[in-house]
Amino acid sequence: MKSFAGGINACVKIFAGAALVLSVAQVLADENPLDPYEGFNRAMYTVNDALDKVAIKPVAKAYDVAVPLPVKASVGNFFGNTGDLWIGANSALQGKFSDAGSDIARLLINSTVGIFGLFDVASELGFEKHEEDLGQTLAVWGAPSGAYFFWPFIGPRTLRDTVGWLGDSYADPVWSARKRSIAVRNSLVAMRFVDIRASLLPADKIVDEAALDKYAYIRDAYQQRRRNQIYDGRPPRLDD
Amino acid sequence: MKQLFAFLFAGLIAATALAQEAPDALVMKITDEVLDIVRKDKDIQNGNTRKAVELVDARVLPYFNFQHMTALAVGKDWRKASAQQQQQLTAEFKTLLVRTYANALTGYKNQKVVYKPFKMAPGETDVLVRTEVLQPGSKPVQLDYSLEKLDAGWKVYDMTVAGISLVTNYRDQFAQEVRNGGVDGLIATISAKNKSLESNQGKVDKK
Repeated sequence: MKSFAGGINACVKIFAGAALVLSVAQVLADENPLDPYEGFNRAMYTVNDALDKVAIKPVAKAYDVAVPLPVKASVGNFFGNTGDLWIGANSALQGKFSDAGSDIARLLINSTVGIFGLFDVASELGFEKHEEDLGQTLAVWGAPSGAYFFWPFIGPRTLRDTVGWLGDSYADPVWSARKRSIAVRNSLVAMRFVDIRASLLPADKIVDEAALDKYAYIRDAYQQRRRNQIYDGRPPRLDD
Repeated sequence: MKQLFAFLFAGLIAATALAQEAPDALVMKITDEVLDIVRKDKDIQNGNTRKAVELVDARVLPYFNFQHMTALAVGKDWRKASAQQQQQLTAEFKTLLVRTYANALTGYKNQKVVYKPFKMAPGETDVLVRTEVLQPGSKPVQLDYSLEKLDAGWKVYDMTVAGISLVTNYRDQFAQEVRNGGVDGLIATISAKNKSLESNQGKVDKK
């Protein structure tokens, strides 16, 4: 109990420290215009990284080793299916109506023939899975990306993507399972979290060995990846 | 003498044929060749980075233009570097990138690579070859290669995974190092990184 209180105390200190760094960082002219809160972000990154090492990564590893591949695939498919309605809505909001139709078709096919989404039959029928979210929709509508943040738990998000994430969470059927049962919702959210973390395990070693500065490597990779998603895999070339 | 000529001639034709191989065919050839070897090699699949590095050195390196890759990664500081510094930078960055590529190969688990339709206007010298890596139970991953046409044939100068360039993703980190310690500082940092990875590998091998 004592160590728990100590942990909370440490967290409070870290947050207080981070807030201080944040205010100092705002005063200082910064070197990277896309990352004005670098001090705060690095502090949060350190917290997340430590949390990941002691708690999240071991669980994801155990899950990855213990659960056979077909089950893991079904877990991924199930959560993928719960997202397709919102993906379809975002496709439509971005004016991609044929994509939106295909997303809804995916939802209908996989929820029925695919047995509650456990099997991704739609992909085999040629209905490609799209990657859309509110952050991308806001970008297509012309909202600027805003500052980059590294948040506790949810990790990297630009300001635009943070707003998008709030909307995504509000529309997320897994989160709204709370109307039925908080326990079910919490189990589902935790399970999805572990599933996503497990799918990132192979990337760990690559990032560990490739990066000179892991924080900057992840930040820049995040920006490039989001740009690629906004342009649906075909971003225009940047001048060198 | 006649035979010698015929032999040289045949060699010449083979060399030009190789140089003129279409960029998409080249990417396909290298990918298939490398995956074929990885599929049969349990050591690489079990995470033997050293063996994967040897494979990449032998089969992939000849088709990469590391000088161009390094220039892209360094960005505007590249012109500040002397010819000798550019050479050193290229050598160190090459070691780091080969290792990254090799590490990706050790993660191999029955992935398949599909090639996206490729069109090229005649006379084009800079193209993007698009592929996708399929893995049972996961989302497909986009893997694209940028190639340029040189006298020696098509060479890869950038690779993007899920939209993330393995080359330009270094730009901010490299610029930071150059600000702190100049071009020599950057060379020293990459070199130190390579050495520490190498010595960790030594420890793993001894186990």
